[in-house]
Amino acid sequence: LGSGSDVARRALSHLNHDVIIVGAGVVGAAVARELTGSGLSCVLVEAGPDVGAATSKANTALLHTGFDAKPGTLEARLVRRGHQLLTEYASQVGIPLARVGALLVAWTPEQVTAFPQIVERARANGYGAIRPVEVAELYAREPQLGPGACGALEIPDEGIVCPFTTPLAFATEAVRGGCELRLDTRVTGVRRVGGGFHVETTGDELHARFLVNAAGLHSDEVDRMLGRDRFTITPRRGELIVFDKLARPLIDHIVLAVPTATTKGVLVAPTVFGNLIVGPTAQDVERKDDTSSTADGLAYLTAEAERILPELPRHEVTAVYVGLRAATEHADYQLTLGDGYVCVGGIRSTGLTASLAIAEHVRELIGVDTTPAPPELTMPNIGELAPRAYEQGGRIVCFCERVTLGEIERAFGSTIPPVDLDGLRRRTRVLMGRCQGFYCGARVWELMQR
Amino acid sequence: MRVIVVGGGPAGLACALELRRRAVPGIVVLDREEQAGGIPRHCRHRGFGLRDLRRPLSGPGYARRYVELAREACVEVRTASAVTGWSADGGLEMTSPAGRELLRGDAVVLATGCRERPRSARLVPGSRPEGVLTTGLVQQLAQRGAPIGTRALVVGAEHVSFSAVLTLAHAGVRVVGMSTELPRHQSLPLAGAVASLRYRMPLWTRTAVAAIRGRTRVEEVELRGLETGRLRTVACDTVVFTADWIPDHELAVLGGLELDSGTLGPRIDTALRTSRPGVFAAGNVLQGAEPADVAALAGRHAAASGVTTWLQERDWGTQVHVSCLAPLAWIAPNAVTDTAVPPRGRFLLRSAMFLERPRIDIRQEGRTLWSGRLRRLTPGRSTALPHEWITQVDPKSGPIYVSAH
Repeated sequence: LGSGSDVARRALSHLNHDVIIVGAGVVGAAVARELTGSGLSCVLVEAGPDVGAATSKANTALLHTGFDAKPGTLEARLVRRGHQLLTEYASQVGIPLARVGALLVAWTPEQVTAFPQIVERARANGYGAIRPVEVAELYAREPQLGPGACGALEIPDEGIVCPFTTPLAFATEAVRGGCELRLDTRVTGVRRVGGGFHVETTGDELHARFLVNAAGLHSDEVDRMLGRDRFTITPRRGELIVFDKLARPLIDHIVLAVPTATTKGVLVAPTVFGNLIVGPTAQDVERKDDTSSTADGLAYLTAEAERILPELPRHEVTAVYVGLRAATEHADYQLTLGDGYVCVGGIRSTGLTASLAIAEHVRELIGVDTTPAPPELTMPNIGELAPRAYEQGGRIVCFCERVTLGEIERAFGSTIPPVDLDGLRRRTRVLMGRCQGFYCGARVWELMQR
Repeated sequence: MRVIVVGGGPAGLACALELRRRAVPGIVVLDREEQAGGIPRHCRHRGFGLRDLRRPLSGPGYARRYVELAREACVEVRTASAVTGWSADGGLEMTSPAGRELLRGDAVVLATGCRERPRSARLVPGSRPEGVLTTGLVQQLAQRGAPIGTRALVVGAEHVSFSAVLTLAHAGVRVVGMSTELPRHQSLPLAGAVASLRYRMPLWTRTAVAAIRGRTRVEEVELRGLETGRLRTVACDTVVFTADWIPDHELAVLGGLELDSGTLGPRIDTALRTSRPGVFAAGNVLQGAEPADVAALAGRHAAASGVTTWLQERDWGTQVHVSCLAPLAWIAPNAVTDTAVPPRGRFLLRSAMFLERPRIDIRQEGRTLWSGRLRRLTPGRSTALPHEWITQVDPKSGPIYVSAH
């Protein structure tokens, strides 16, 4: 009787898929898009209420060249490949992306002595466009930079990309291609059964031939559910300050610090939304949901902002956000295939850039040759790099970010509609501006109620 | 002839009405909201309109009155019309449901108002749960019948903070306390008594918000005594950040207008001329924040003094800057071009700290233009300073400094 009811339950809930992907962050969504596009039937399971709503939404949103990656690692290879794939994909579907270039600035003579090593590493990573910039040229190009710079390296292909539109585009393509998206569904257990997997969740039990673990901060827990003990995620807190759009003219490039053994340092970068960000801090924390900012972190970032760009602290702060990087004890991605189980763990801040390459790699690992067709998708533009909806007229609801009623309505009618205010923010930028809802918060609340 | 007024709050509408009264043709008021009237539309309490309309009105009543007056005077008020920037040749780019337009004016009056700094701009650490609001948002949520919370901490102790207390109490939210970094509240003496007696609400002075905690909703706020360093945890599900106003100066900055480093509003002379010929500014975009009727009178003043003269004479002149020295925070107007009398015949002076019987000196290059004692300076509240000294300003000499001793 017991086995009979199991069969009945399975039959009733149509739970048979080729692949179960755990985690709808930028990596999981990219894998879902890739495998769905390759003809596999996929289910994308996400513990949170939305796509890209955890670590994927709170990072520096840089498009890395991988010039500073550890040569020979999988991360180095996938970041390089991902840069190329994401640049192309972004132009096809309308993800805000700009190759603004980075200047890695040395603030002490000792830091200058690290330059040859950095250039060598970049070359070893197949990136030859890195070049030294004299102090005079540096200040000519970034006149607002603080005093005391001793030299710089230019990495012309570093860029910025929209961290909200990217996972959403992947997931939208996947869902339109037939991938099942299960939100608010946490994986509670995994069993190997025959040639596949039973995955117990807070919702239905799912069954598939392949299991992809893209659970980000929780990828070590999912890995352990399969009896492994290969890595431990230590969440690393990164606090960032978003400065007002009126500060945007202060710099043109991403301004990087010379990395040390322990940290990549604080950067100042433009965003695709036309703000400037300063960060991140780097602090290991215990809890995987501890996205609190700290007084020390904010004071440190403010001091760094003032040192790097003295005019910056005179501008208003629009937002503070905190992301948790999925750091492990290993120096590389934890990306392996074993008996139908693909672990995509330990994907750190480079995951956004590498996402499409990671997905491609996963597809190759499981032995599927068919590649997805070119995307037939146009994402709503929420960046300042291309014309915005309001420039065609409309009823502006959010004045700071100039979000029109039409854009909000389209978001609600989209393939993966927002379920909460944060979801609407990420899709339209509503409430993300300098007033933080002082003017339009109540009206947006009303629109949410419909 | 065309005069474009950006912002249909008290200052913008009062400006347009005065221009109309003076038979200036081609006035248009642009307001980005669905209804004109500005911030008072959301302030339920009474006491609006005493200085300008000579009658006590509620906020919404006051806003409605101005909209009515504008309609009766046949002033063109366009709502849902958001000015987003300037074209290279000085026109205003505007978005409305009708499309995108470029408007050119012989004069432009910026009356874009001010807003309260939200939690993020104040760099308050902690988690980012729901329930962290500003007075402006609380008032609008209450007006729409939206749920606000059950227990609220009010941050700030100015007039508007007590207004937030009233709105919260009326919406059924229990106010568990009020905190200010200053040594006492800045409102009328009565306000503190009413708050503590009527709402039995503690006022924590010399106290900063150290952290906000809560997962999805605010659960508690940690307060820190600035002198004692002592921490106090307040259980609440709502935090309202009040006051700490900042002019909505985006359009001013995009238009290349000079800002005053004290007010953060456009620098204006006594006729409310900005640093850009043909562009005026009035109301709370000049400084955050004055009562609505004071803003309205500034709008009226811009029309009567600055705009009318400009349209006739097309002469701008050169500003001599007026700046404050610490602990003074700002003065408005903050420039002198000629002997035009400032709005309401006074300069407004603000201090960053409480000062009793301060002596104020106004000097230009070592020459004292005015010196005198004021009764009191209270942070967040303006004190009037006489204006007669402007006749002594040497337009060819250096900047003017205002100091307190």
